[in-house]
Amino acid sequence: MTTATLPISTLPVNGKIGLRQTIRNTLTMAYRALLKIKHTPDQLVDVLLQPILFTLMFTFIFGGAISGSIENYLPLLIPGILVQTIVSASLTTGVQLREDMEKGVFNRFKSLPMARIAPLAGALITDFVRYGIATSITFAMGFLLGYRPEAGALWVIAAGLLAMLSAWCVSWIFAFLGMIMRTAQSVQGVSFLILMPLTFMSNAFVPVETMPGFMQTIVRFNPVSHLVTAIRDMTNTGQIGPDFWLTLAGMAVIVLIFAPLTVNVYKRQA
Amino acid sequence: MKDSNQLDGLAIEANGLVKTFKDNKAVDGIDLRVEAGTIYGILGPNGAGKTTTINMLATLMKPDAGEAKIFGYDVFKQPQIVRSLIGVTGQYASVDENLTATENLVIFARLLGLSRSAAKAKAADLLEEFGLTEAASRPLAKFSGGMRRRLDLAASLIAQPPLIFLDEPTTGLDPRTRNQMWATIRRMVKTGSTILLTTQYLDEADQLADRIAVIDHGRVVAEDTPDNLKISIGKESLMIKLKNKDEASVAIRVMKEFLGITARMIADDSINAPLETPDQAADVLTNLRAKSISIVEINLQKPTLDEVFLTLTGEAA
Repeated sequence: MTTATLPISTLPVNGKIGLRQTIRNTLTMAYRALLKIKHTPDQLVDVLLQPILFTLMFTFIFGGAISGSIENYLPLLIPGILVQTIVSASLTTGVQLREDMEKGVFNRFKSLPMARIAPLAGALITDFVRYGIATSITFAMGFLLGYRPEAGALWVIAAGLLAMLSAWCVSWIFAFLGMIMRTAQSVQGVSFLILMPLTFMSNAFVPVETMPGFMQTIVRFNPVSHLVTAIRDMTNTGQIGPDFWLTLAGMAVIVLIFAPLTVNVYKRQA
Repeated sequence: MKDSNQLDGLAIEANGLVKTFKDNKAVDGIDLRVEAGTIYGILGPNGAGKTTTINMLATLMKPDAGEAKIFGYDVFKQPQIVRSLIGVTGQYASVDENLTATENLVIFARLLGLSRSAAKAKAADLLEEFGLTEAASRPLAKFSGGMRRRLDLAASLIAQPPLIFLDEPTTGLDPRTRNQMWATIRRMVKTGSTILLTTQYLDEADQLADRIAVIDHGRVVAEDTPDNLKISIGKESLMIKLKNKDEASVAIRVMKEFLGITARMIADDSINAPLETPDQAADVLTNLRAKSISIVEINLQKPTLDEVFLTLTGEAA
């Protein structure tokens, strides 16, 4: 035994975990999630391929019918695709969290004198990498097809950041589902059932005016619509309108409801 | 607050631990007292409650009733203190499949508060010590079962915890790898660590443990040193198959009268005689020959977990 495993613990025996340790543990767990992406890059398939596939499909199938031409449809569509891609990327948070927690390594995390919240918080931070990739690819695809946002590059970056922040807020819903459901498959299934109406019953792909009255009401209350409109305002006209603030308020409500719920369930399980 | 240098006396003290899953009483009132600096074995068949007991002592699970202390700290009221005193190696590899061996150890070390450079140095040291240096940068998916267990054990030693839980450390390993694990476990205790290990193998508990608790259906059915336990069940036993099954009762009486051995029937024509020493086998056979009892088959058997349970609980494991 060369390294002399001493009988006395090298750790301070005090049982208190402060803010600094919580942050340090969270960053370590975020680093772990990054390493996992590095070793299994195939988990990025959704954020790499979905924006490419959906942009192409929607542009060429609906462009002519909805806006008369592809060029006219792109300013409407790209913000819609961006929101859809990024919200479905946030779904993966819940699925991967569930998968992770089923593995033996989680038992070790639970037995370490570390901040209980770190595995959850770390995973949510690293998801920004996924959202960043999804956002960049969506805008790049739009650019390739001829989308030229009138407000310019800085507004596009600002809109991208708003989308990423919103995805992070929405990911708390799916993280919560990940906590309360038993298997990764069931998380995937239920999340998808939430995701489909949430993104399609919005103004993401089709102008609201073409829908029947009851649907217009639903669409107007859907936070996804406000996010889409806010992004359109920013990228197309360089404006921060009421939808921007409504989006922030809506996202804040989601985080205020689901973050404490998730943390509570997580702490009880961990 | 205790000074960490005073971690002597009892490493584990548990009283009346109970854990029920739905209507299954996994642990049904377990008491344990483990002296610091010893290896303590929990021996029992699958489903006896071994893993549940470890999970409760390691702060992974709350009991429905009972209390437990680790070095005097209450496991359920002061879990964070207890976590800084223990290392846990679970039955299913508690390491990250997707990462390399080094990355695994560095992450655990960072979580335990080591600096980046100290974590790297510690990981390299442990990999060297456990003979995993060559595989350090390989993802775990390419590790053999034995390598994975060794890495798992290494991960439990990062903080040099004074108490280490090993849940079935050798289940599923080939005999050679098992011997390596045993050597590693013995080294660990030489440096002063206390170890609580669970096993399904009497042999393993006998080889490693200073004391053994035999558990069954969530209860401790026997608790003693390995030697005393083996004496109570007979170290080895002689299985004798008789030519004429009518002579079985005579054979049992002969062994009792002349040798003081309490043999029992294990089939119509077969007898099991527990022995103090293998030498007694010759005495048994000589005595049977003197009574002209014919034998068709003999077999010298080491006690198995099955027999321990048969002896201690009166029913098969």
